Amino acid sequence: MASSEEDGTVEEKENNNKKRTKSALATAWLTFYNIAMTAGWLVLAMAMMRFYIQKGTHKGLYRSIARTLKFFQTFALVEVGHCAIGIVRTSVIVTGVQVCSRIFMVWFITNSIRQIQNEESVILFLVVWTVTEITRYSYYTFNLLHHLPYFIKWARYNLFIVLYPLGVIGELMTIYAALPFVRRSGMYSMRLPNKYNVSFDYYYCLIIVMLSYIPLFPQLYFHMLRQRRRVLHGEVIVEKDD
Amino acid sequence: KVYPHWYPARQALKLDPKGKLLRDDEILQNLPVGTTATMYFRDLGPQLGWTMVFLAEYIGPLLTYLLFYFRVPYIYSHRYALTSSPHPVVTLACACHTFHYMKRLIETIFVHRFSHGTMPLRTIVRNCAYYWGFSAWLAYYINHPLYTPPCKFYGELQVNYALVIFVMCELGNFSIHLTLNNLRGDGELRYPTPTKNPFTWLFFFVSCPNYTYEVGAWVSFSIMTQCLPVAFYTLLGFIQMTIWAKGKHKAYSREFKDYPSLRMAIIPLLL
Repeated sequence: MASSEEDGTVEEKENNNKKRTKSALATAWLTFYNIAMTAGWLVLAMAMMRFYIQKGTHKGLYRSIARTLKFFQTFALVEVGHCAIGIVRTSVIVTGVQVCSRIFMVWFITNSIRQIQNEESVILFLVVWTVTEITRYSYYTFNLLHHLPYFIKWARYNLFIVLYPLGVIGELMTIYAALPFVRRSGMYSMRLPNKYNVSFDYYYCLIIVMLSYIPLFPQLYFHMLRQRRRVLHGEVIVEKDD
Repeated sequence: KVYPHWYPARQALKLDPKGKLLRDDEILQNLPVGTTATMYFRDLGPQLGWTMVFLAEYIGPLLTYLLFYFRVPYIYSHRYALTSSPHPVVTLACACHTFHYMKRLIETIFVHRFSHGTMPLRTIVRNCAYYWGFSAWLAYYINHPLYTPPCKFYGELQVNYALVIFVMCELGNFSIHLTLNNLRGDGELRYPTPTKNPFTWLFFFVSCPNYTYEVGAWVSFSIMTQCLPVAFYTLLGFIQMTIWAKGKHKAYSREFKDYPSLRMAIIPLLL
């Protein structure tokens, strides 16, 4: 009896140790990740500013920062993994939707449809993304180091009120501008007849994507507003169970 | 009686606001309450009985597929309106699809006996959108004027073999439903076992052979029509049914100590 009790407590201690090392490792990784991402987006911001100051125009700006943007935005996919394994307490679906929409914009719109790369709407959402991401990643970094300056917290939970809608406008205008080029080139599309009896029209897919902003954007926006109320004002929001 | 629109099927009662819902069959005497019990009420929203749910879900695919088969005007280009396809496999596919859903409707009315009472309206709308939407998408391609049937060389062989497997899977699925139904009649709860019907011998290998046969039927339908959207729909259905089968398998294993260890959830020896 006694030995089994001892085994029980030894096992518990082992499990606690395992949990502690796991969370120390997780914290270390997350700190590194967030510092790296903050640095990456700062680099992007400075590259964009330098280009504009030197050239005085936004034409060609996208091309100059394209590779850095693709690298750092794609790397953000690991955040979905963080939520999935539980080291970050956010819903996998919310993070997934946000990261996927970014990946979609970068790889399937601006990267593949060269004719729209000099549009003003591209600069709009790039600026919005840069400011948002720098604020967000520095917030996470300082949070993990337990030294959060109030202005970062203020920025993270207030700037989005203006930046989020602006970003959506930039993204939607870019997709809209891309539509005629997609239609003309027939890119990523497959027509009948073919051996597998399937068809896909990227043009209509883009229209559906644009329409999907209508239900999705308010949900994400109000999610952020609720978080803001909770964090800044300590309000307990009773959420509607579904 | 004060709030008549909150009928019993719609009521959810809990002992703790953040706790689990109380089951319908729980008795007040057995609950951890003292001389007074405080319960928290939640409105589950409008509910529909299971029979109505299944009827609504299955009548859609049955009818929408036929709309596409007969090429009702405004679906395809004007000159194809109300024409018929020159390929016999298209008619065969229509017959199979229609048979599949008619069988499901008949089973819902005459065979199945449901345990839980109802399903919330929102879930029904979502499920109907899934069934109706996908059947319309499938039917669009199979009955399309530019549909490409399986190729000349082994096409007929492909279609015929697929048809045989489809019929066997439908018979198998029906046998399993009958077997499960007969299980309910007896007093004591037992897990399903193989009977004299050869189709039920799949019970030696799987906990949920009805799902196995269902996946088999859809796989054979995909091969018969050689249509990627059908294969995609089959994949989604397979994923969902695997989740259900694994849940059922775990429930059986937990409840019956003598549960056969050879059995897997949905695919013999594998899954």
